[in-house]
Amino acid sequence: MVLLTLLAVITIGVVRLRNLFAVVILGGAYSFLMASVMIVLDAVDVAMTEASVGAGISTVLMLGTLYLTKTEEVRPVHTPVLPLFVAIITGAVLVYGTLDLPPFGIADAPIHAHVAPYYFQNSIPETGVPNVVTSVLASYRGYDTLGETSVIFCAGIAVLMLLKGRRARKGAGKPGKGGKA
Amino acid sequence: MRFDLISRIGAKLFLPFILLFGLYVQFHGDFGPGGGFQAGVIAAAMIILYAIIFGLPAAQRVVPPLVVEIMIPLGVMIYAGTGIAALLKGGNYLNYSTLGHDQVHAQELGILLVELGVLITVAGTMIAIFYAFAGRGR
Amino acid sequence: MDLLQDVIQHYNQWITIFLMVSGLYIVVARGNMIKKLIGLSLFQTSVYLLYISPGKILGGTAPIIGEGFSVYSNVLPHVLILTAIVVGVATLALGLALVVRINEAFGTIEEDEIFEMISEE
Repeated sequence: MVLLTLLAVITIGVVRLRNLFAVVILGGAYSFLMASVMIVLDAVDVAMTEASVGAGISTVLMLGTLYLTKTEEVRPVHTPVLPLFVAIITGAVLVYGTLDLPPFGIADAPIHAHVAPYYFQNSIPETGVPNVVTSVLASYRGYDTLGETSVIFCAGIAVLMLLKGRRARKGAGKPGKGGKA
Repeated sequence: MRFDLISRIGAKLFLPFILLFGLYVQFHGDFGPGGGFQAGVIAAAMIILYAIIFGLPAAQRVVPPLVVEIMIPLGVMIYAGTGIAALLKGGNYLNYSTLGHDQVHAQELGILLVELGVLITVAGTMIAIFYAFAGRGR
Repeated sequence: MDLLQDVIQHYNQWITIFLMVSGLYIVVARGNMIKKLIGLSLFQTSVYLLYISPGKILGGTAPIIGEGFSVYSNVLPHVLILTAIVVGVATLALGLALVVRINEAFGTIEEDEIFEMISEE
């Protein structure tokens, strides 16, 4: 599909660019394209979440970090031959592994056979909610959503502990613990 | 004439509709795409837009940092509290069937409460993280 | 021909592997910490695509039960990936807060310069 090829082109841009502001904006464009791909793949809840979280909150936080660290350019690095070699070998092995997967979009692949028909038949009689994603997320698999909410809670508390309050003192000089706020 | 006049007027027009859309996504999550996470992020985006256009002190007068810090654990408590209420009424933990008079109504009530808890925690966390990053100062 | 049919059937997965490998390359080969975090989020997003593309059935529709539709895409990957996206942004926020504190303590966010500062104290 054309959208997937655009995703690959944006990724090449993110790897090669050195101006961090442009990289963050390209990351936001990447998230929007990923949300469009997910709509084509019929995943509407996931597309809404990816668009709002990936292209909204994530871009705002990265721009905030760029503002605070005052660094906008990445200096040129020494030639990365070994990481490129490792990356290409990993990619080749994964491509070899995907040749055995079932082809895209057929209806009798093994993953459609066992658990999903139970949810589609029993969602309205047991919970009365037509959106099967919401009923599975909140009722059938409610424990996982409780764990996810507490992960968000922990992340919020941790960021508040790290960043609350103004900077304690300027120019610590030696690398040490910079002021506990 | 200030240079950001268009942004200010445009944002003032948009902000109530953003909040309305967030509440629509939350309460219609049962019938269309949506749910607690998307609605929480949209509600947080409204406050972040207000803070970007009008400045951080103005946004902190509307939603004080203390309110945001109370919102973060309140959502988790609502979620866990729904589970404990189901436990006290005789079922398993987080089994909503015992919360009402028949199973379908009880499940819908349980899902509503749980999504409300998720909305409060996600919105509070995103606003708190934004306040922490923007208030750090240089 | 056989190769063309292979490409069309597996194009989703090959693009996913390309995105995954470039995310991995950014994390390993670049020294700037913000760029590493962006590479990590690129890697995570490609894994979401890897999970959702087997769930699609050609000719089906979104998993919301409605009148007149009988074939829906598989619902389980959507639920898992919804959780994964939100956990990913929580991790990203924490990583960015750590980058801000490292910048205040060392004055830079390039990994090579921080290693030199640590090894010469």
